[in-house]
Amino acid sequence: MPRYAMVIDQRRCIGCMACVVACKRENNVPEEHYRTRVVEIVEGTFPKVRMELRPELCNHCKNAPCVYNCPTGASYKKEDGIVLVNKKRCVGCKACIAACPYDARFIDPRNGAAHKCTFCEHRIKEGKEPACVTTCLSRARIFGDLDDPQSIVSKICAEKHLRILIAEAGTKPSVYYLSLQPLT
Amino acid sequence: MSLSRRDFLKLATVAAGGTAISVPIFKSVMAMGKKPETVASNIPTFCEICFWNCGEIARVENGKVVKLEGNPTDPSSRGKLCARGNAGMGSLYDPDRLKHPMLNVGKRGEPKWKKVSWDEALGFIAEKMTKIKATYGPEAVALISHGTGGSFWKYLLKAYGSQNSTAPSFAQCRGPRDIGYTLTFGAGPGSPEQIDLANSKFIVLIGAHLGENAHNSQVQDFVEGIARGAKLVVVDPRFSTAAGKATWWLPIKPGTDIALLLAWINIIVQEKLYDKEYINKYAIGLKELKEEVKTYTPEWASKETEIPADIIVETVREMSRYKPSVVVHPGRHTAWYGDDTQRSRAMAILTALMGSWGREGGYYFPTKVAGIPEYPNLPSPPEPQRLKLSGDWPYAVEATTTSLRKTTITGKPYPVKGWIAYDCHILKTLPNQKETIEAIKNLDLMVVVDVLPYAHIDWADVILPECTYLERYDDLKVGKGKVLSVTIRQPVVQPMYESKPSWWMVRELGIKLGLEAYFPYKDIEEYLKARLDAKSIRFEELKEKGTITFPDTANPFITSGNEPEFDTDSGKIELYSKALKEQGFDPVPKYKRPEMPPEGYFRLLYGRSPLHTFSRTVNNQWLWELYKENELWINAKRAKALGFKNGEYVVLINQDGARSNRIKLKATERIREDCVYMVHGFGHNSKETKKAYKKGADDQSLITRYAIDPLMGGTGMRVNFVKIIKEA
Repeated sequence: MPRYAMVIDQRRCIGCMACVVACKRENNVPEEHYRTRVVEIVEGTFPKVRMELRPELCNHCKNAPCVYNCPTGASYKKEDGIVLVNKKRCVGCKACIAACPYDARFIDPRNGAAHKCTFCEHRIKEGKEPACVTTCLSRARIFGDLDDPQSIVSKICAEKHLRILIAEAGTKPSVYYLSLQPLT
Repeated sequence: MSLSRRDFLKLATVAAGGTAISVPIFKSVMAMGKKPETVASNIPTFCEICFWNCGEIARVENGKVVKLEGNPTDPSSRGKLCARGNAGMGSLYDPDRLKHPMLNVGKRGEPKWKKVSWDEALGFIAEKMTKIKATYGPEAVALISHGTGGSFWKYLLKAYGSQNSTAPSFAQCRGPRDIGYTLTFGAGPGSPEQIDLANSKFIVLIGAHLGENAHNSQVQDFVEGIARGAKLVVVDPRFSTAAGKATWWLPIKPGTDIALLLAWINIIVQEKLYDKEYINKYAIGLKELKEEVKTYTPEWASKETEIPADIIVETVREMSRYKPSVVVHPGRHTAWYGDDTQRSRAMAILTALMGSWGREGGYYFPTKVAGIPEYPNLPSPPEPQRLKLSGDWPYAVEATTTSLRKTTITGKPYPVKGWIAYDCHILKTLPNQKETIEAIKNLDLMVVVDVLPYAHIDWADVILPECTYLERYDDLKVGKGKVLSVTIRQPVVQPMYESKPSWWMVRELGIKLGLEAYFPYKDIEEYLKARLDAKSIRFEELKEKGTITFPDTANPFITSGNEPEFDTDSGKIELYSKALKEQGFDPVPKYKRPEMPPEGYFRLLYGRSPLHTFSRTVNNQWLWELYKENELWINAKRAKALGFKNGEYVVLINQDGARSNRIKLKATERIREDCVYMVHGFGHNSKETKKAYKKGADDQSLITRYAIDPLMGGTGMRVNFVKIIKEA
């Protein structure tokens, strides 16, 4: 059974937003909503300025608060690590949205159900990478299977010091970050 | 598109009624409860959201484009698309599109539109063009174009007898650098720029903001170079996204780039940091160069540029450590201050001293193999009777937009009476909008060919609605990079409304003008087939693959068996240019301090967002959503001192009293105190483009002043000063 993960190499991200639009079109995401974004953080005062570009998306947590806070069982986690929403079971109560520390979910105004990143599960089934990964001009997003020791994500995880977002939340994300000097 | 249960029931009712049951409906009944099958196809083509023209594959489901992805075999995209390319269907399905040919039965500038047939619209144009030709000669009709379809219009004008095909890509954009590099190396840096960024060890960006201008393959290479450890110098008054990756950010005082370059060159020649073998073998004029630059010390340059002298020295010494794997990026939009060809010359000289022209990690030589031959046996166009409108500038190698505009106003050296604006928003592209309007008022014919009703259409007599790039064939894209490549554009869906492709409009208009001999093919497919046949490429195969490349067709770097050729007067790299001296110009660039903003004013700078191409994508749903309006970047300290808050709306007034639309203020540490910055292309004043309407400010409305480059007629546009006032 694969264990899917994404490594985001922030040193490479150039903030071009290709991932954001590709995701939007691939997944027919409703107007004015996004499953992924690129956060820009600036620190310092002119001329000593530093900038961090941080692509963000659902962290597909191993210990997913959206799943254990869902009263109807609509939010669930697959064995391969992907966190999904069963639209038919979702009543739009927003418990998951409140529980998610990563602001990764929203209510789809078209059907009232929670909406989120699926790691492009439908593409994975076709042997493709998630749309944001495929289109990333800077190859900052790397996707793969942590259970395959030959995969690039496994190798990076073994070799590099990676960080996770909001580690103190104890969510055990499947999205890892490679960065030189993260800003706060 | 899927059938809902209700739709299905409707069909079932028809079926039960027993009348006129067609087979598909019967099948639908049989498939009750099952999802209707999606008819999907993947069709390769190439993008036109920007001029990078990336090869892509369109996924079409039930006749609708649902997704665009890069074509992995195309060298411009390598399987990836930028945000704009991903949003291409936003242009196709834009509800504000021009839908029918229209005649203006009101006045120019205050139009009243009448829907007409194609025959009527083209007939109107043909009649006017015939009259203009008879009265003033064929040169009195001119083209201003940007984009792939422009080549058909250029061809039509040639056949008609006019060489006055202009493009803002010369005088408003790349012209200065192309001439500056050609004067030095005998060739320009190319488009896509022939820079080996991925293998570079030291990259210098002067005003170029890669990443914010998302030129696909170039951004890929840039990031690859940085990831492999290349050092990066970013010279920019603004902390660009690229500056965020830089080893050194040099927040230069705007307008003083030549001072920095000359100081760098001086240090290189004084300290003998140049590639000696390369310079001895391939260049002339080192002695003269040394003499000319000797007064440009780092201390002097520091006063001009406000970059510390020790940083100037450190950066150039570091740069020379990595020679020849150094890319001094030539820039792209380089029409800044009117001395831009000379600034580009200085960058080319720096490149030469680093020995990086024709070297791995520097500049590469594009493939020399012949491309795709033109359509066979086309008749020659009539001999030009009068000079094309390139102004009095000795290095204006093509007719320029601004010379055309001036001639249209003055009638000298001859009258110009007809303009065709193809895919080019002339009010947003050319500086000084009043002059553009004054010129248009002198015309007997103003044609606009476009997809969307941005404000320039108000000045047209006739509007020809072009279909988007996803609905049409165009001419072949022939890529001459490290390999020769051929990419096809083909319709992935049929044209919507009454829109038509340019090849069709041009052919029909040509026939009405009595130029049928120039159009011996019946349609574009026949035309493309004949061109491809000459290179033994099967049309059907290209349609299926999208791109065909010819590997091993280039010899990109200098080796003992691949000696470079320099198409200059001396046959060598010209560090010192006798040709310029003879023309009365500086043989080595000199620095002249530009006029600085007066008290209370800021220099207006402008640039790109990765989410928009000029002014043309602002109305695109998927791009508009992410960046609806531009912002005015201002140094946070200055904003506070002036009493402005981040996020509030302000208005700009320039030195000539021109006033902008309102714009949201972005107080940031990412910019110097003496300039302000906005993304170009916003502030649309046409209600017809509903999403773009009145969003942000138009930089071009504030660029009333421009500085002409005396070498090639470029229009330096960073010479305007603005003050900021509260929104009334």
